[in-house]
Amino acid sequence: MKQVTLTVNATKHKHNISDHMLLVDFIRERLKLTGTHIGCDTSQCGACVIHVNGKSIKSCTMLAVQADGCDITTIEGLADGDVLHPMQQAFHENHGLQCGFCTPGMIMSAIELIDGKPDITEREIRHGLEGNLCRCTGYQNIVKSIQEAAKFDYR
Amino acid sequence: MYSFSYLKPASIKEASNILSVSDENKVISGGMTLLPTLKQRLARVENLIGLENCGLDKISLQEGILKIGAMATHDDVSNSKLIKSENPAIAELASQIGDRQVRNRGTIGGSLANNDPSACYPAALLALAGKVHTNKRDIKAEDFFVDLFETALEEDEIITSVSLPKPEKAAYEKFPNPASRYALVGVFVAKFDSEIRVSVTGAGEEGVFRCLEIEKALLAEFSIESLSNILISAEGLINDIHAEADYRAHLIVEMSKRALIKSLTR
Repeated sequence: MKQVTLTVNATKHKHNISDHMLLVDFIRERLKLTGTHIGCDTSQCGACVIHVNGKSIKSCTMLAVQADGCDITTIEGLADGDVLHPMQQAFHENHGLQCGFCTPGMIMSAIELIDGKPDITEREIRHGLEGNLCRCTGYQNIVKSIQEAAKFDYR
Repeated sequence: MYSFSYLKPASIKEASNILSVSDENKVISGGMTLLPTLKQRLARVENLIGLENCGLDKISLQEGILKIGAMATHDDVSNSKLIKSENPAIAELASQIGDRQVRNRGTIGGSLANNDPSACYPAALLALAGKVHTNKRDIKAEDFFVDLFETALEEDEIITSVSLPKPEKAAYEKFPNPASRYALVGVFVAKFDSEIRVSVTGAGEEGVFRCLEIEKALLAEFSIESLSNILISAEGLINDIHAEADYRAHLIVEMSKRALIKSLTR
């Protein structure tokens, strides 16, 4: 057992956890933040993507103890009350999802991807999404959503 | 996953001491291979030794040679201004590994220590005649890669950094497996003052290797015409569900041509 202290969506948490607990399990089971999904559990699909110190990572392939002291953002940390984050809004407006299971991971990956790149190309977006799988949409509207959100200066 | 303890030593010396106590203690860097392996219970450890507090992520130029800390992530390498200006082929190679999330965690030291036969970094180390620096010694690229997933590293030896000499021209091209992005075949072409070194990953039954036929042809003349009549034997090449050995042999020539063209445009 180890004690970890980490900040998730601007709230500080202190927990005793098993050393081998995965970060995604910690987030879902301890913090009850179930917006971060477990899709494949083999680091392929990207449904579990979150930000750790501003970098997108697959939380099924990181231990919770490795995130000790880190600043974490999950999908729940994006919206400001009822006001959606511009990336969420863009997915909403462009029909960037169908079943929605991959969407939290897609959005977390997309936010890091467009950071500082208002003119990001379709090719760059598709390359940047290689770690996120969607079984419904064929990616067309996901790419469109991200391209639109990139133009929006929200910082 | 079987349970284990996670330790974060503050120095390589401490890490090496823990490692030498039991062969059930293992080092973890980015964990992009080790964690999935542990999750599938293909491996079991007593102590996992994280190197994040050992200060191994520096990228510097030492006496004209690029030195990359073992814990530098693929993302660090692909975005490093120093690497982009000194040895752009390395930055480009790193930017094509796995996916963005893998690049944010996976490290150069971890990739080399794992010696996956389809990994990209081994090709760069071998073609650039690089050196692996450990807590005990310096190991030449030729002596480092032993066999599939096997290196010259001893049980309590830890990679601290990697040195990569600057070539006159160099480029890496891979034909990625469409699902995994691992190299079905990857070729690194490097031209030095009086030597051409061409290494191939993803294709060899014993892992990364130098392709002497292509080196010889390019030494005669460093041009695309030199490769127009080259045929590579499929003997000793991997034959699996992803590609037959003959196809891999063909891809070696094709990727060599593409790498050569790319190197000439720099």
